[in-house]
Amino acid sequence: MCSGLSLDSDCLGFVVSPSSPRALSLQGVTLAYDGQPAVQDLSGSFAQGSLTAIVGPNGSGKSTLLKGIVGLLQPVDGLIQQSAFGCGRIAYLPQHAEIERRFPISVIQTVLLGHWRRIGWARAASPEVREAAQRALAAVGLQGLERRPIETLSAGQFQRVLIARLIAQDAALILLDEPFAAIDWRTGDDLLRLIAGWHEDGRTVAAVLHDLDQVRAYFPETLLLARECVAWGPTREVLTPRNLQRARRMSGNWSVEPEEYRPVPA
Amino acid sequence: MAVYDLAFGPFAEFGFMRRALVGCLALALGGGPIGTLLVIRRMSLMGDALSHAVLPGAALGFLLGGLSLPAMSLGGVCAGLAVALLSGLVTRLTPLREDASFAAFYLISLALGVLLVSTHGSNVDLLHLLFGSILAVDDTALMVIGAIATLSLLALAVIYRPLVVECFDPDFLRVVGGHGGLVHTIFLGLVVVNLVAGFQALGTLMAVGLMMLPAAAARFWVRELWALGVTSSALALASAFLGLLFSYHLDLPSGPAIVLVAGVAYFGSVLLGPRDSLCALYIRGGRLEA
Repeated sequence: MCSGLSLDSDCLGFVVSPSSPRALSLQGVTLAYDGQPAVQDLSGSFAQGSLTAIVGPNGSGKSTLLKGIVGLLQPVDGLIQQSAFGCGRIAYLPQHAEIERRFPISVIQTVLLGHWRRIGWARAASPEVREAAQRALAAVGLQGLERRPIETLSAGQFQRVLIARLIAQDAALILLDEPFAAIDWRTGDDLLRLIAGWHEDGRTVAAVLHDLDQVRAYFPETLLLARECVAWGPTREVLTPRNLQRARRMSGNWSVEPEEYRPVPA
Repeated sequence: MAVYDLAFGPFAEFGFMRRALVGCLALALGGGPIGTLLVIRRMSLMGDALSHAVLPGAALGFLLGGLSLPAMSLGGVCAGLAVALLSGLVTRLTPLREDASFAAFYLISLALGVLLVSTHGSNVDLLHLLFGSILAVDDTALMVIGAIATLSLLALAVIYRPLVVECFDPDFLRVVGGHGGLVHTIFLGLVVVNLVAGFQALGTLMAVGLMMLPAAAARFWVRELWALGVTSSALALASAFLGLLFSYHLDLPSGPAIVLVAGVAYFGSVLLGPRDSLCALYIRGGRLEA
């Protein structure tokens, strides 16, 4: 699937005009914790229907970027804009869910939460909604476990419940933070299949990943982040030894106090 | 017949006993679900702190209006809400965490209350405020308590789903735009209002006991959230019934008597309850589930 990208001149030194609409655009976005910059002056956009991997050294602001996009963190500077196509339908799979694991809720109830936009505060879940939730559970291989309380699930099973909830949300923009971190081999394969399916559906998908081989094999676009944008575009152009080395050099500066932080010369 | 006289005689004979029991019924119905949610949200101690924060407001109401329930309740609600909101503000605007900021405010509030009553009232008045005076539950008080319980149950029914999600996965609620902050504030308001309803019968010191102990005990009996709420209410009502009887026959203050009965029920549940109690876990060798 051909998807155009808008690349900011800061990143790669040239600008390509977009050939398909943008699902999400960032302009000079800076995100910080307690005054410490986590993402600095990031500009660029995710095209509608693109499949992007977000990679970078530890502490490069990848998770922070996702949190900023979904609204869990407010940008200190800059603008994050969702297009009308997005319509607020974002689904987010966090890296460490701040979820009360011992909460008295069942698997199917958790997945039904994914239909929040349809059932909201008060509406009952109609039979179609229930069936959709069942299908989502089947898609992650947990059919039959509907009534199980979540505190009895293993970490891998629980991660799959969260993915089922994500499927139930039927979102146009899907953000995954290290989705392969907590799951086993087979589930990893299934998840790659799911991601491919979402890409075929025309959904915009972005995932934070660590396995560069996986990125090269399955993700057409990549954003290489080291608090600032190192490179953003087609994967084979971004994951070059030169770019990766540059990112590593930039990350070497991060143990320094904020007052002494100087941007690495390009 | 002797058992009947012992168990039901006082209620059959005395109006104030009946009113006290009905009042406790309303408290149990309103407080059961709220206590359950407090336990699940790990806000048990905050519930306790809120009940103490209510004191200066109730004291002011008492000083201005005597042992008048509307005055004390209004004062109590204002004080409780002020502490909840101010500590929330401090938590949001400064690095201080919620538990420390809450503790700071409720201690100031409690000291203020004690000061107010001991300088302008008598020690007896202070005892009434802290430990409740069951004799003062008149029909007006009953109506207020009943109204509060009804309001609580209705409000809980409306905010139930977002409240549960806010407790279970707050980030998810934020992403789908479910107004988690508003729901949290409404919940705190319901806690304050129920605590204020309780202090007339049980005193500010003990009001939270009837909310928390049955909720903590219910966990050893049932699993589902709605069942926890119902069990909690049932245990609270049973504790109130037995506590009032002990207080009548043995001439004990009613508030502590009720809470101690609830405490015994709690211990019994921890030791012998069917679900995850000490007995179930360690003596019968645990249970295996499919």
